[in-house]
Amino acid sequence: MSLVFAGVCSHAPGITGRKHMADPDDADTFYAAFDDMRQALEASRPDALVVIAAEHFANFFMNNMPAYCMGMAEDYQGPIEDPDWLGIQRRTIPGNVDLSRRLIETIMQDVDLAYAEEWKFDHGISVPLNFLTPRYDLPVIPVNINCQGPPLTPLHRAWAFGQALRKACDAVPERIAIVGTGGISHWPATPDSGKIDEAWDRDFLDRWCKNDKQRLLDYSDEQTYLDAGQGGFEIRTFIAVSGATEGLSGKVHYYRPIPIFAVGCTVGIVELEAA
Amino acid sequence: MAPTKYRYWGADMSLYYVQKLLYNLNRDEKLQKAYFADQDSVLQDYRLDEEEITALKKPDIGMLYILGVNGQILMHYAAMCGYAWPDYIQAMRDALAEHGNVRAGLYATTDGKGAV
Ligand SMILES: [Fe+2]
Repeated sequence: MSLVFAGVCSHAPGITGRKHMADPDDADTFYAAFDDMRQALEASRPDALVVIAAEHFANFFMNNMPAYCMGMAEDYQGPIEDPDWLGIQRRTIPGNVDLSRRLIETIMQDVDLAYAEEWKFDHGISVPLNFLTPRYDLPVIPVNINCQGPPLTPLHRAWAFGQALRKACDAVPERIAIVGTGGISHWPATPDSGKIDEAWDRDFLDRWCKNDKQRLLDYSDEQTYLDAGQGGFEIRTFIAVSGATEGLSGKVHYYRPIPIFAVGCTVGIVELEAA
Repeated sequence: MAPTKYRYWGADMSLYYVQKLLYNLNRDEKLQKAYFADQDSVLQDYRLDEEEITALKKPDIGMLYILGVNGQILMHYAAMCGYAWPDYIQAMRDALAEHGNVRAGLYATTDGKGAV
């Protein structure tokens, strides 16, 4: 088995950029949960981390928008945002071209995947890495699922992408960790920023924990938009992780709505050992 | 304020180019410098209408929000133009009060009652 770790977490830019405006208990407990996730990730001794992210127009725009794209570069740069605005310094993040190519070739057997040999990380990846690989010594392979510019990939395809990724991980000798990052209900970068529907989030996370495929795929974009905001489209990243870990339950280690971070702050880990 | 309907179709051509400009500015510090030194020379490369050009040059962040610029792009332009986070949120709220809800795209407001 070469999938050694699978989890999900939030990535909102306020988590680092507006930490000084947050209630200290909110920030401290969430940061501690992220650090526990880092320790669990490190304990799995991964050779590479695949981050399934939902970027926000850092690399991909409506002139040429892939539904799914995976990085295939030697290294990556990030964050693209103003470092002072985001609270994360710019740096180079190591990749692994050869491993990327092997994963991409296998995934392409099942899913038409785009690839990218250059990639500037935005907060969608830079915020998780800030906590999970703070020394930037673990090769990262970015994946983007378009959750911003409709038409968006259907949820069942996000699941299928996760399954294809799992097959690809199983086909390589390296120890692979995957982390899906996105918001659940949220209305970021609007006057509603800070609005969070906790009940919607907890219901979604219940489905996620149970790896309940039928219920995870039972959302329409129209209803998600009305109930969970345009930020809710990012559930695709969590669903891809569920597809990659079909049949396994997950555990939410942290969930708390933190309005100044503009999202229900989440850390969840799939129980790979339980199977 | 009633939530706008979720629309699958893309922005109109001219809103597309407003967003393309801001996307390019966000990615390219050299272009940012050129833009803030001489806006007209950069703006002429994009297909924009008068209302958009006025809002970009002022800058009227609230109006750009109403025109439908995606928040993930607009929040960086606001920061580039010197808006602190609460001022950015307030600019959108003020524009909503003046102009009504967002005219296109996904970043419409529902009730505007989020916490800054
Ligand atoms: Fe996001």
